[in-house]
Amino acid sequence: MAELIVPALLETLYMVFFSTIFSLLLGLPLGVLLVVTEKNNIWEKLQLNRILNGIINILRSFPFIILMILLFPLSKIIVGKTIGTTATIVPLSIAAAPFVARIIEGSLKEVDKGIIESSLAMGASVTEIIFKVLIPESMPSLILGITTTIINLVGYSAMAGAIGGGGLGDVAIRYGLYRFQTDVMIISVAIIIVLVQGIQFLGNRLSLNINKK
Amino acid sequence: MIKIKNLSKSFSNGSTKIEAISNINLQINKDEIFGIIGLSGAGKSTLIRCLNRLEEPTEGNIFIEEKDITTFDKKSLNQLRKSIGMIFQHFNLLSQKTVYKNIAFPLELEGLSKDKINSRVNTLLEYVELKDKKYAYPSQLSGGQKQRVAIARALANNPKILLSDEGTSALDPKTTRSILKLLNKIRKEFGLTIVLITHQMEVIKDICDKVAIIEDGKIIEINTVEELFKNPKTQTAMDFISGLKSNIKNEIINPFDFKGTIVRLGYSEDNAKEPIVSNMIKNFNIQVNILSGNINKLMSTSIGHLILEIQGEDGEVNDAIKYLNNKSINVEVI
Repeated sequence: MAELIVPALLETLYMVFFSTIFSLLLGLPLGVLLVVTEKNNIWEKLQLNRILNGIINILRSFPFIILMILLFPLSKIIVGKTIGTTATIVPLSIAAAPFVARIIEGSLKEVDKGIIESSLAMGASVTEIIFKVLIPESMPSLILGITTTIINLVGYSAMAGAIGGGGLGDVAIRYGLYRFQTDVMIISVAIIIVLVQGIQFLGNRLSLNINKK
Repeated sequence: MIKIKNLSKSFSNGSTKIEAISNINLQINKDEIFGIIGLSGAGKSTLIRCLNRLEEPTEGNIFIEEKDITTFDKKSLNQLRKSIGMIFQHFNLLSQKTVYKNIAFPLELEGLSKDKINSRVNTLLEYVELKDKKYAYPSQLSGGQKQRVAIARALANNPKILLSDEGTSALDPKTTRSILKLLNKIRKEFGLTIVLITHQMEVIKDICDKVAIIEDGKIIEINTVEELFKNPKTQTAMDFISGLKSNIKNEIINPFDFKGTIVRLGYSEDNAKEPIVSNMIKNFNIQVNILSGNINKLMSTSIGHLILEIQGEDGEVNDAIKYLNNKSINVEVI
Protein backbone atom coordinates (compact mmCIF):
# COMPACT_ATOMS: atom_id res chain seq x y z
CA MET A 1 0.00 0.00 0.00
CA ALA A 2 2.66 2.50 1.06
CA GLU A 3 4.66 1.86 -2.11
CA LEU A 4 1.55 2.88 -3.99
CA ILE A 5 0.51 5.90 -1.94
CA VAL A 6 3.86 7.55 -1.13
CA PRO A 7 5.06 8.07 -4.74
CA ALA A 8 1.55 9.22 -5.64
CA LEU A 9 1.58 11.76 -2.81
CA LEU A 10 4.97 13.04 -3.93
CA GLU A 11 3.68 13.34 -7.49
CA THR A 12 0.69 15.32 -6.29
CA LEU A 13 2.86 17.65 -4.24
CA TYR A 14 5.20 18.09 -7.20
CA MET A 15 2.34 18.91 -9.56
CA VAL A 16 0.65 21.26 -7.11
CA PHE A 17 3.86 23.05 -6.21
CA PHE A 18 4.93 23.82 -9.75
CA SER A 19 1.50 24.49 -11.15
CA THR A 20 0.91 26.96 -8.29
CA ILE A 21 4.08 28.80 -9.19
CA PHE A 22 3.37 28.85 -12.92
CA SER A 23 -0.30 29.71 -12.57
CA LEU A 24 0.69 32.60 -10.31
CA LEU A 25 3.27 33.77 -12.79
CA LEU A 26 0.55 33.83 -15.43
CA GLY A 27 -2.36 34.92 -13.26
CA LEU A 28 -0.74 37.65 -11.18
CA PRO A 29 0.09 39.98 -14.09
CA LEU A 30 -3.33 39.26 -15.58
CA GLY A 31 -5.05 40.09 -12.32
CA VAL A 32 -3.05 43.29 -11.94
CA LEU A 33 -3.87 44.29 -15.52
CA LEU A 34 -7.56 43.58 -14.96
CA VAL A 35 -7.56 46.06 -12.09
CA VAL A 36 -5.35 48.87 -13.33
CA THR A 37 -6.88 49.04 -16.81
CA GLU A 38 -10.46 49.34 -15.65
CA LYS A 39 -12.41 52.59 -15.74
CA ASN A 40 -11.08 55.37 -13.51
CA ASN A 41 -8.13 53.28 -12.44
CA ILE A 42 -4.47 54.22 -12.60
CA TRP A 43 -3.84 52.93 -16.13
CA GLU A 44 -7.27 53.11 -17.74
CA LYS A 45 -7.28 51.05 -20.98
CA LEU A 46 -10.89 50.10 -21.52
CA GLN A 47 -10.35 48.18 -24.76
CA LEU A 48 -7.61 46.02 -23.24
CA ASN A 49 -9.72 45.53 -20.14
CA ARG A 50 -12.66 44.25 -22.19
CA ILE A 51 -10.44 41.85 -24.14
CA LEU A 52 -8.82 40.45 -20.99
CA ASN A 53 -12.17 40.01 -19.30
CA GLY A 54 -13.50 38.24 -22.37
CA ILE A 55 -10.60 35.81 -22.58
CA ILE A 56 -10.71 35.02 -18.88
CA ASN A 57 -14.44 34.43 -18.94
CA ILE A 58 -14.18 32.13 -21.93
CA LEU A 59 -11.36 30.11 -20.37
CA ARG A 60 -13.23 29.84 -17.11
CA SER A 61 -16.38 28.64 -18.88
CA PHE A 62 -14.68 25.46 -20.08
CA PRO A 63 -15.16 22.39 -17.93
CA PHE A 64 -11.74 22.06 -16.36
CA ILE A 65 -11.05 18.56 -17.58
CA ILE A 66 -11.88 19.49 -21.19
CA LEU A 67 -9.62 22.52 -21.01
CA MET A 68 -6.78 20.35 -19.79
CA ILE A 69 -7.28 17.87 -22.59
CA LEU A 70 -7.30 20.73 -25.10
CA LEU A 71 -4.06 22.02 -23.63
CA PHE A 72 -2.13 18.73 -23.69
CA PRO A 73 -0.72 19.42 -27.18
CA LEU A 74 0.98 22.39 -25.58
CA SER A 75 2.72 20.04 -23.14
CA LYS A 76 4.11 18.19 -26.12
CA ILE A 77 5.70 21.42 -27.31
CA ILE A 78 6.95 22.57 -23.91
CA VAL A 79 8.04 19.38 -22.12
CA GLY A 80 8.09 16.96 -25.03
CA LYS A 81 5.36 14.57 -23.83
CA THR A 82 1.68 14.52 -22.95
CA ILE A 83 1.63 11.85 -20.23
CA GLY A 84 3.01 12.04 -16.70
CA THR A 85 3.20 14.51 -13.90
CA THR A 86 5.58 16.96 -15.56
CA ALA A 87 3.44 17.06 -18.67
CA THR A 88 0.38 17.73 -16.52
CA ILE A 89 1.89 20.85 -14.98
CA VAL A 90 1.50 22.72 -18.27
CA PRO A 91 -2.28 22.38 -18.69
CA LEU A 92 -2.81 22.67 -14.93
CA SER A 93 -0.98 25.98 -14.76
CA ILE A 94 -2.61 27.46 -17.81
CA ALA A 95 -6.08 26.25 -16.90
CA ALA A 96 -5.75 27.63 -13.38
CA ALA A 97 -4.33 30.99 -14.49
CA PRO A 98 -7.70 32.66 -15.28
CA PHE A 99 -8.98 31.57 -11.89
CA VAL A 100 -5.87 33.02 -10.25
CA ALA A 101 -6.34 36.25 -12.21
CA ARG A 102 -9.86 36.67 -10.79
CA ILE A 103 -8.68 35.90 -7.26
CA ILE A 104 -5.87 38.46 -7.56
CA GLU A 105 -8.26 40.97 -9.07
CA GLY A 106 -10.59 40.60 -6.10
CA SER A 107 -7.78 41.08 -3.60
CA LEU A 108 -6.33 44.12 -5.31
CA LYS A 109 -9.72 45.74 -5.52
CA GLU A 110 -9.97 45.64 -1.75
CA VAL A 111 -7.22 48.24 -1.48
CA ASP A 112 -8.68 51.53 -0.30
CA LYS A 113 -9.04 53.98 -3.21
CA GLY A 114 -7.85 56.75 -0.91
CA ILE A 115 -4.47 55.08 -0.51
CA ILE A 116 -4.05 54.93 -4.27
CA GLU A 117 -5.07 58.55 -4.53
CA SER A 118 -2.58 59.65 -1.90
CA SER A 119 0.17 57.72 -3.72
CA LEU A 120 -0.74 59.47 -6.95
CA ALA A 121 -0.63 62.78 -5.09
CA MET A 122 2.91 61.93 -4.00
CA GLY A 123 3.93 61.56 -7.62
CA ALA A 124 4.11 57.77 -7.74
CA SER A 125 4.09 56.22 -11.21
CA VAL A 126 1.79 53.39 -12.26
CA THR A 127 4.50 50.74 -11.74
CA GLU A 128 5.44 52.19 -8.37
CA ILE A 129 1.83 52.07 -7.27
CA ILE A 130 1.45 48.46 -8.40
CA PHE A 131 4.58 47.18 -6.69
CA LYS A 132 4.84 49.46 -3.68
CA VAL A 133 1.18 50.03 -2.88
CA LEU A 134 -1.34 47.69 -4.50
CA ILE A 135 0.48 44.41 -3.95
CA PRO A 136 1.91 45.07 -0.45
CA GLU A 137 -1.38 46.55 0.76
CA SER A 138 -3.40 43.56 -0.40
CA MET A 139 -0.84 40.95 0.72
CA PRO A 140 -2.95 39.38 3.51
CA SER A 141 -5.84 39.00 1.10
CA LEU A 142 -3.52 37.79 -1.68
CA ILE A 143 -2.20 35.07 0.60
CA LEU A 144 -5.72 33.84 1.28
CA GLY A 145 -6.34 33.91 -2.47
CA ILE A 146 -3.19 31.94 -3.15
CA THR A 147 -4.26 29.45 -0.49
CA THR A 148 -7.55 28.96 -2.32
CA THR A 149 -5.58 28.55 -5.54
CA ILE A 150 -3.35 25.85 -4.07
CA ILE A 151 -6.35 23.98 -2.73
CA ASN A 152 -8.06 24.20 -6.09
CA LEU A 153 -4.92 22.88 -7.73
CA VAL A 154 -4.92 19.91 -5.36
CA GLY A 155 -8.41 19.15 -6.63
CA TYR A 156 -7.50 19.83 -10.25
CA SER A 157 -4.39 17.67 -10.01
CA ALA A 158 -6.56 14.81 -8.77
CA MET A 159 -8.74 15.31 -11.83
CA ALA A 160 -5.63 15.40 -13.98
CA GLY A 161 -4.90 11.93 -12.65
CA ALA A 162 -7.89 10.67 -14.58
CA ILE A 163 -6.30 11.72 -17.85
CA GLY A 164 -2.86 10.29 -17.26
CA GLY A 165 -1.39 12.83 -14.91
CA GLY A 166 -0.42 10.55 -12.05
CA GLY A 167 -0.63 11.49 -8.38
CA LEU A 168 -3.20 10.62 -5.73
CA GLY A 169 -6.15 11.16 -8.03
CA ASP A 170 -4.72 8.68 -10.47
CA VAL A 171 -4.23 6.08 -7.73
CA ALA A 172 -7.72 6.64 -6.38
CA ILE A 173 -9.27 6.12 -9.80
CA ARG A 174 -7.14 3.29 -11.07
CA TYR A 175 -6.96 1.21 -7.89
CA GLY A 176 -9.81 2.49 -5.78
CA LEU A 177 -12.46 2.82 -8.47
CA TYR A 178 -11.55 0.47 -11.32
CA ARG A 179 -10.11 -2.34 -9.17
CA PHE A 180 -12.54 -1.96 -6.29
CA GLN A 181 -9.75 -1.46 -3.73
CA THR A 182 -11.82 0.59 -1.36
CA ASP A 183 -8.98 0.93 1.16
CA VAL A 184 -6.78 2.60 -1.45
CA MET A 185 -9.63 4.90 -2.35
CA ILE A 186 -10.26 5.85 1.27
CA ILE A 187 -6.60 6.46 2.06
CA SER A 188 -6.07 8.55 -1.08
CA VAL A 189 -9.06 10.70 -0.32
CA ALA A 190 -8.09 10.97 3.35
CA ILE A 191 -4.63 12.21 2.42
CA ILE A 192 -6.12 14.78 0.09
CA ILE A 193 -8.42 15.95 2.88
CA VAL A 194 -5.47 16.31 5.27
CA LEU A 195 -3.54 18.21 2.58
CA VAL A 196 -6.39 20.63 2.02
CA GLN A 197 -6.97 21.20 5.73
CA GLY A 198 -3.28 21.78 6.33
CA ILE A 199 -2.89 24.20 3.45
CA GLN A 200 -5.94 26.21 4.51
CA PHE A 201 -4.74 26.32 8.11
CA LEU A 202 -1.29 27.54 7.14
CA GLY A 203 -2.71 30.09 4.71
CA ASN A 204 -5.07 31.52 7.31
CA ARG A 205 -2.33 31.71 9.91
CA LEU A 206 0.12 33.41 7.56
CA SER A 207 -2.45 35.92 6.32
CA LEU A 208 -3.45 36.79 9.86
CA ASN A 209 0.14 37.10 11.04
CA ILE A 210 1.25 39.53 8.38
CA ASN A 211 -1.91 41.64 8.44
CA LYS A 212 -1.28 44.93 10.23
CA LYS A 213 -4.64 46.45 9.45
CA MET B 1 1.85 81.52 -6.08
CA ILE B 2 -1.28 79.81 -7.37
CA LYS B 3 -3.51 81.41 -9.96
CA ILE B 4 -6.66 79.71 -11.12
CA LYS B 5 -8.22 81.01 -14.31
CA ASN B 6 -11.69 80.17 -15.59
CA LEU B 7 -11.42 76.66 -14.26
CA SER B 8 -14.26 74.26 -15.00
CA LYS B 9 -14.71 70.57 -14.57
CA SER B 10 -17.68 68.59 -15.73
CA PHE B 11 -18.41 64.91 -15.51
CA SER B 12 -20.49 63.24 -18.12
CA ASN B 13 -22.72 60.62 -16.67
CA GLY B 14 -24.17 58.89 -19.69
CA SER B 15 -26.14 61.56 -21.48
CA THR B 16 -26.26 64.06 -18.63
CA LYS B 17 -23.41 66.45 -18.04
CA ILE B 18 -22.74 67.46 -14.46
CA GLU B 19 -20.77 70.63 -13.82
CA ALA B 20 -18.77 70.01 -10.67
CA ILE B 21 -17.08 73.39 -10.77
CA SER B 22 -17.54 76.15 -13.27
CA ASN B 23 -15.55 79.22 -14.14
CA ILE B 24 -13.48 79.40 -10.99
CA ASN B 25 -11.04 82.28 -10.63
CA LEU B 26 -8.78 82.46 -7.60
CA GLN B 27 -5.47 83.82 -6.58
CA ILE B 28 -3.60 82.33 -3.67
CA ASN B 29 -0.52 84.14 -2.45
CA LYS B 30 2.68 82.74 -1.06
CA ASP B 31 2.67 81.83 2.65
CA GLU B 32 -1.06 82.23 2.78
CA ILE B 33 -3.46 79.82 4.42
CA PHE B 34 -6.33 79.88 2.00
CA GLY B 35 -9.56 78.21 2.98
CA ILE B 36 -12.27 77.06 0.63
CA ILE B 37 -15.51 76.37 2.41
CA GLY B 38 -18.69 74.86 1.08
CA LEU B 39 -21.30 72.28 1.81
CA SER B 40 -20.81 68.74 0.61
CA GLY B 41 -21.36 68.48 -3.12
CA ALA B 42 -20.44 72.11 -3.65
CA GLY B 43 -17.39 71.14 -5.69
CA LYS B 44 -14.65 72.03 -3.24
CA SER B 45 -13.13 68.59 -3.37
CA THR B 46 -13.01 68.69 -7.16
CA LEU B 47 -11.43 72.12 -7.02
CA ILE B 48 -8.58 71.17 -4.68
CA ARG B 49 -7.94 67.98 -6.66
CA CYS B 50 -7.46 70.03 -9.79
CA LEU B 51 -4.50 71.75 -8.13
CA ASN B 52 -2.38 68.61 -8.45
CA ARG B 53 -4.48 67.21 -11.26
CA LEU B 54 -5.83 64.23 -9.38
CA GLU B 55 -8.84 65.60 -11.18
CA GLU B 56 -8.34 66.76 -14.77
CA PRO B 57 -10.00 70.11 -15.39
CA THR B 58 -12.15 70.28 -18.51
CA GLU B 59 -11.47 73.96 -19.09
CA GLY B 60 -9.27 76.73 -17.78
CA ASN B 61 -5.76 77.06 -16.50
CA ILE B 62 -3.90 76.74 -13.23
CA PHE B 63 -0.65 78.58 -12.81
CA ILE B 64 1.69 77.53 -10.05
CA GLU B 65 4.67 79.85 -9.81
CA GLU B 66 3.80 81.19 -13.26
CA LYS B 67 3.79 77.74 -14.87
CA ASP B 68 0.59 76.48 -16.39
CA ILE B 69 0.27 73.01 -14.90
CA THR B 70 -2.67 72.06 -17.09
CA THR B 71 -0.18 71.64 -19.94
CA PHE B 72 2.22 69.37 -18.02
CA ASP B 73 2.97 65.90 -19.39
CA LYS B 74 3.01 62.84 -17.13
CA LYS B 75 6.62 63.22 -16.15
CA SER B 76 6.50 66.88 -15.19
CA LEU B 77 3.18 66.24 -13.51
CA ASN B 78 4.74 63.62 -11.21
CA GLN B 79 7.59 66.03 -10.54
CA LEU B 80 5.06 68.73 -9.67
CA ARG B 81 3.14 66.39 -7.39
CA LYS B 82 6.32 65.71 -5.46
CA SER B 83 6.51 69.43 -4.70
CA ILE B 84 2.93 69.58 -3.43
CA GLY B 85 2.05 67.82 -0.20
CA MET B 86 -1.47 66.63 0.37
CA ILE B 87 -3.41 65.39 3.36
CA PHE B 88 -6.83 63.77 3.36
CA GLN B 89 -9.89 63.39 5.53
CA HIS B 90 -9.27 59.69 6.03
CA PHE B 91 -5.48 60.02 6.26
CA ASN B 92 -4.85 57.41 3.55
CA LEU B 93 -1.82 55.84 5.17
CA LEU B 94 -0.40 52.56 3.96
CA SER B 95 -2.02 50.14 6.39
CA GLN B 96 0.61 47.40 6.04
CA LYS B 97 3.56 49.70 6.67
CA THR B 98 4.94 51.21 9.85
CA VAL B 99 4.80 54.91 10.61
CA TYR B 100 8.46 55.09 9.65
CA LYS B 101 7.87 53.37 6.31
CA ASN B 102 4.88 55.56 5.58
CA ILE B 103 6.88 58.74 5.99
CA ALA B 104 9.77 57.20 4.06
CA PHE B 105 7.52 56.34 1.13
CA PRO B 106 7.70 59.66 -0.78
CA LEU B 107 11.46 59.74 -0.14
CA GLU B 108 11.82 56.27 -1.62
CA LEU B 109 9.88 57.43 -4.65
CA GLU B 110 12.40 60.24 -4.92
CA GLY B 111 15.16 57.62 -4.92
CA LEU B 112 17.04 58.91 -1.89
CA SER B 113 19.68 56.81 -0.16
CA LYS B 114 18.78 54.83 2.97
CA ASP B 115 20.86 57.12 5.20
CA LYS B 116 19.24 60.25 3.89
CA ILE B 117 15.78 58.75 4.25
CA ASN B 118 16.57 57.68 7.78
CA SER B 119 17.71 61.09 8.95
CA ARG B 120 14.87 62.90 7.21
CA VAL B 121 12.19 60.59 8.62
CA ASN B 122 13.62 60.95 12.12
CA THR B 123 13.59 64.74 11.86
CA LEU B 124 9.99 64.67 10.69
CA LEU B 125 8.93 62.23 13.40
CA GLU B 126 10.38 64.57 15.97
CA TYR B 127 8.66 67.53 14.37
CA VAL B 128 5.21 65.96 14.56
CA GLU B 129 5.99 64.56 18.03
CA LEU B 130 5.60 60.91 17.14
CA LYS B 131 9.09 59.59 17.78
CA ASP B 132 7.80 56.86 20.04
CA LYS B 133 5.42 55.62 17.36
CA LYS B 134 8.13 55.02 14.79
CA TYR B 135 7.49 51.30 14.48
CA ALA B 136 3.76 51.36 15.12
CA TYR B 137 1.27 50.55 12.38
CA PRO B 138 -1.51 53.01 11.43
CA SER B 139 -4.17 50.76 12.97
CA GLN B 140 -2.50 51.30 16.35
CA LEU B 141 -2.78 55.09 16.16
CA SER B 142 -5.52 57.53 17.03
CA GLY B 143 -7.03 59.75 14.34
CA GLY B 144 -4.94 62.73 15.36
CA GLN B 145 -1.75 60.68 15.32
CA LYS B 146 -2.61 59.29 11.90
CA GLN B 147 -3.06 62.79 10.54
CA ARG B 148 0.29 63.80 12.06
CA VAL B 149 1.92 60.92 10.22
CA ALA B 150 0.15 62.03 7.05
CA ILE B 151 1.39 65.59 7.59
CA ALA B 152 4.95 64.37 8.14
CA ARG B 153 4.65 62.33 4.94
CA ALA B 154 3.30 65.33 3.06
CA LEU B 155 6.23 67.44 4.27
CA ALA B 156 8.89 64.83 3.50
CA ASN B 157 9.88 66.25 0.13
CA ASN B 158 9.96 69.86 1.38
CA PRO B 159 6.95 70.94 -0.65
CA LYS B 160 6.07 74.55 -1.37
CA ILE B 161 2.37 73.94 -1.20
CA LEU B 162 0.28 71.84 1.13
CA LEU B 163 -3.23 70.83 0.18
CA SER B 164 -5.64 69.70 2.84
CA ASP B 165 -8.73 67.88 1.67
CA GLU B 166 -11.00 68.03 4.73
CA GLY B 167 -7.93 67.22 6.79
CA THR B 168 -9.66 67.72 10.11
CA SER B 169 -13.19 66.61 9.28
CA ALA B 170 -12.81 63.15 10.76
CA LEU B 171 -11.31 64.43 14.01
CA ASP B 172 -12.86 65.54 17.27
CA PRO B 173 -12.76 69.28 18.11
CA LYS B 174 -9.76 69.05 20.43
CA THR B 175 -7.68 67.04 17.96
CA THR B 176 -8.81 69.36 15.19
CA ARG B 177 -7.36 72.30 17.08
CA SER B 178 -4.06 70.57 17.65
CA ILE B 179 -3.78 69.64 13.98
CA LEU B 180 -4.63 73.21 12.96
CA LYS B 181 -1.99 74.47 15.36
CA LEU B 182 0.51 72.17 13.73
CA LEU B 183 -0.45 73.40 10.26
CA ASN B 184 -0.04 76.99 11.35
CA LYS B 185 3.36 76.22 12.83
CA ILE B 186 4.39 74.56 9.58
CA ARG B 187 3.30 77.55 7.55
CA LYS B 188 5.32 79.89 9.75
CA GLU B 189 8.44 77.76 9.96
CA PHE B 190 8.63 76.43 6.42
CA GLY B 191 7.00 79.31 4.58
CA LEU B 192 4.45 76.98 3.12
CA THR B 193 1.36 77.98 1.19
CA ILE B 194 -1.59 76.00 2.48
CA VAL B 195 -4.82 75.49 0.58
CA LEU B 196 -7.49 73.75 2.56
CA ILE B 197 -11.05 72.80 1.93
CA THR B 198 -13.50 72.27 4.71
CA HIS B 199 -17.12 72.46 5.65
CA GLN B 200 -16.29 73.65 9.13
CA MET B 201 -16.24 77.39 9.79
CA GLU B 202 -14.13 76.72 12.90
CA VAL B 203 -11.26 75.70 10.68
CA ILE B 204 -11.52 78.87 8.62
CA LYS B 205 -11.81 80.94 11.75
CA ASP B 206 -8.85 79.33 13.48
CA ILE B 207 -6.14 79.41 10.85
CA CYS B 208 -7.13 80.88 7.52
CA ASP B 209 -6.08 84.26 6.21
CA LYS B 210 -8.42 84.27 3.29
CA VAL B 211 -11.49 82.34 2.43
CA ALA B 212 -13.50 81.52 -0.65
CA ILE B 213 -17.03 80.28 -0.36
CA ILE B 214 -18.09 77.79 -2.97
CA GLU B 215 -21.66 76.90 -3.77
CA ASP B 216 -22.99 74.81 -6.65
CA GLY B 217 -19.57 74.75 -8.23
CA LYS B 218 -19.13 78.51 -8.21
CA ILE B 219 -17.15 80.80 -5.98
CA ILE B 220 -19.72 83.16 -4.51
CA GLU B 221 -17.55 85.11 -2.12
CA ILE B 222 -13.83 85.71 -1.64
CA ASN B 223 -12.81 87.61 1.43
CA THR B 224 -10.27 87.95 4.17
CA VAL B 225 -11.48 85.98 7.15
CA GLU B 226 -11.70 89.15 9.21
CA GLU B 227 -13.96 90.84 6.67
CA LEU B 228 -16.05 87.74 6.29
CA PHE B 229 -16.84 87.66 9.97
CA LYS B 230 -17.42 91.37 10.22
CA ASN B 231 -19.38 91.81 7.09
CA PRO B 232 -20.41 88.66 5.23
CA LYS B 233 -21.70 89.44 1.75
CA THR B 234 -23.72 86.34 1.00
CA GLN B 235 -26.41 84.40 2.78
CA THR B 236 -24.30 81.24 2.65
CA ALA B 237 -21.48 83.03 4.44
CA MET B 238 -23.89 84.21 7.09
CA ASP B 239 -25.23 80.69 7.50
CA PHE B 240 -21.72 79.34 7.98
CA ILE B 241 -20.94 82.00 10.55
CA SER B 242 -24.21 81.62 12.35
CA GLY B 243 -23.33 77.98 12.80
CA LEU B 244 -20.62 79.33 15.08
CA LYS B 245 -22.37 82.26 16.68
CA SER B 246 -25.03 81.65 19.22
CA ASN B 247 -27.72 80.92 16.75
CA ILE B 248 -30.46 83.44 17.25
CA LYS B 249 -33.21 81.25 15.95
CA ASN B 250 -32.43 78.29 18.15
CA GLU B 251 -30.77 79.73 21.15
CA ILE B 252 -32.34 82.97 21.96
CA ILE B 253 -35.94 82.93 21.86
CA ASN B 254 -38.06 83.56 18.88
CA PRO B 255 -37.51 87.10 17.48
CA PHE B 256 -41.27 87.42 17.09
CA ASP B 257 -41.62 87.31 20.86
CA PHE B 258 -40.00 90.71 21.02
CA LYS B 259 -41.78 93.93 20.35
CA GLY B 260 -38.66 95.88 19.49
CA THR B 261 -36.29 95.63 16.55
CA ILE B 262 -33.61 93.00 16.92
CA VAL B 263 -30.20 93.82 15.51
CA ARG B 264 -26.96 91.91 15.35
CA LEU B 265 -23.79 93.96 15.60
CA GLY B 266 -20.47 92.73 14.35
CA TYR B 267 -17.37 94.57 15.50
CA SER B 268 -13.64 94.05 15.52
CA GLU B 269 -10.96 94.93 18.05
CA ASP B 270 -10.52 98.39 16.53
CA ASN B 271 -13.98 99.67 17.40
CA ALA B 272 -14.40 97.70 20.58
CA LYS B 273 -12.82 100.55 22.54
CA GLU B 274 -15.54 103.07 21.78
CA PRO B 275 -18.68 102.90 23.95
CA ILE B 276 -20.95 102.77 20.92
CA VAL B 277 -23.99 101.19 22.54
CA SER B 278 -23.92 103.51 25.49
CA ASN B 279 -23.62 106.54 23.20
CA MET B 280 -26.53 105.29 21.14
CA ILE B 281 -28.75 105.02 24.21
CA LYS B 282 -27.82 108.56 25.27
CA ASN B 283 -28.35 110.08 21.83
CA PHE B 284 -31.68 108.55 20.96
CA ASN B 285 -34.90 108.07 22.81
CA ILE B 286 -34.74 104.33 22.85
CA GLN B 287 -34.35 101.44 25.22
CA VAL B 288 -31.88 98.67 24.65
CA ASN B 289 -32.10 95.12 25.84
CA ILE B 290 -28.98 92.97 25.45
CA LEU B 291 -29.95 89.47 24.32
CA SER B 292 -26.62 87.85 23.71
CA GLY B 293 -23.02 88.51 22.89
CA ASN B 294 -19.97 86.54 21.95
CA ILE B 295 -16.50 86.84 20.55
CA ASN B 296 -14.88 84.77 17.80
CA LYS B 297 -11.13 84.59 18.00
CA LEU B 298 -9.69 84.64 14.49
CA MET B 299 -6.10 84.14 13.41
CA SER B 300 -5.28 87.84 13.23
CA THR B 301 -7.95 89.51 15.30
CA SER B 302 -11.16 88.95 17.19
CA ILE B 303 -14.65 89.62 15.98
CA GLY B 304 -17.42 90.28 18.48
CA HIS B 305 -21.12 89.91 18.03
CA LEU B 306 -23.83 91.50 20.06
CA ILE B 307 -27.51 90.94 19.66
CA LEU B 308 -29.72 93.74 20.92
CA GLU B 309 -33.39 94.49 21.08
CA ILE B 310 -34.07 98.17 20.45
CA GLN B 311 -37.39 99.53 21.65
CA GLY B 312 -38.83 102.93 20.92
CA GLU B 313 -40.64 104.86 18.25
CA ASP B 314 -39.93 103.78 14.68
CA GLY B 315 -38.21 107.02 13.76
CA GLU B 316 -35.93 106.94 16.77
CA VAL B 317 -35.08 103.28 16.24
CA ASN B 318 -34.24 103.87 12.58
CA ASP B 319 -32.03 106.80 13.48
CA ALA B 320 -30.27 104.68 16.08
CA ILE B 321 -29.60 101.99 13.49
CA LYS B 322 -28.31 104.62 11.10
CA TYR B 323 -26.01 105.83 13.85
CA LEU B 324 -24.67 102.31 14.30
CA ASN B 325 -24.14 101.95 10.58
CA ASN B 326 -22.00 105.06 10.57
CA LYS B 327 -19.76 103.60 13.25
CA SER B 328 -18.11 101.15 10.84
CA ILE B 329 -19.59 98.19 12.58
CA ASN B 330 -21.66 95.66 10.77
CA VAL B 331 -25.36 95.91 11.54
CA GLU B 332 -27.87 93.32 10.59
CA VAL B 333 -31.53 93.74 11.38
CA ILE B 334 -33.11 90.43 12.15
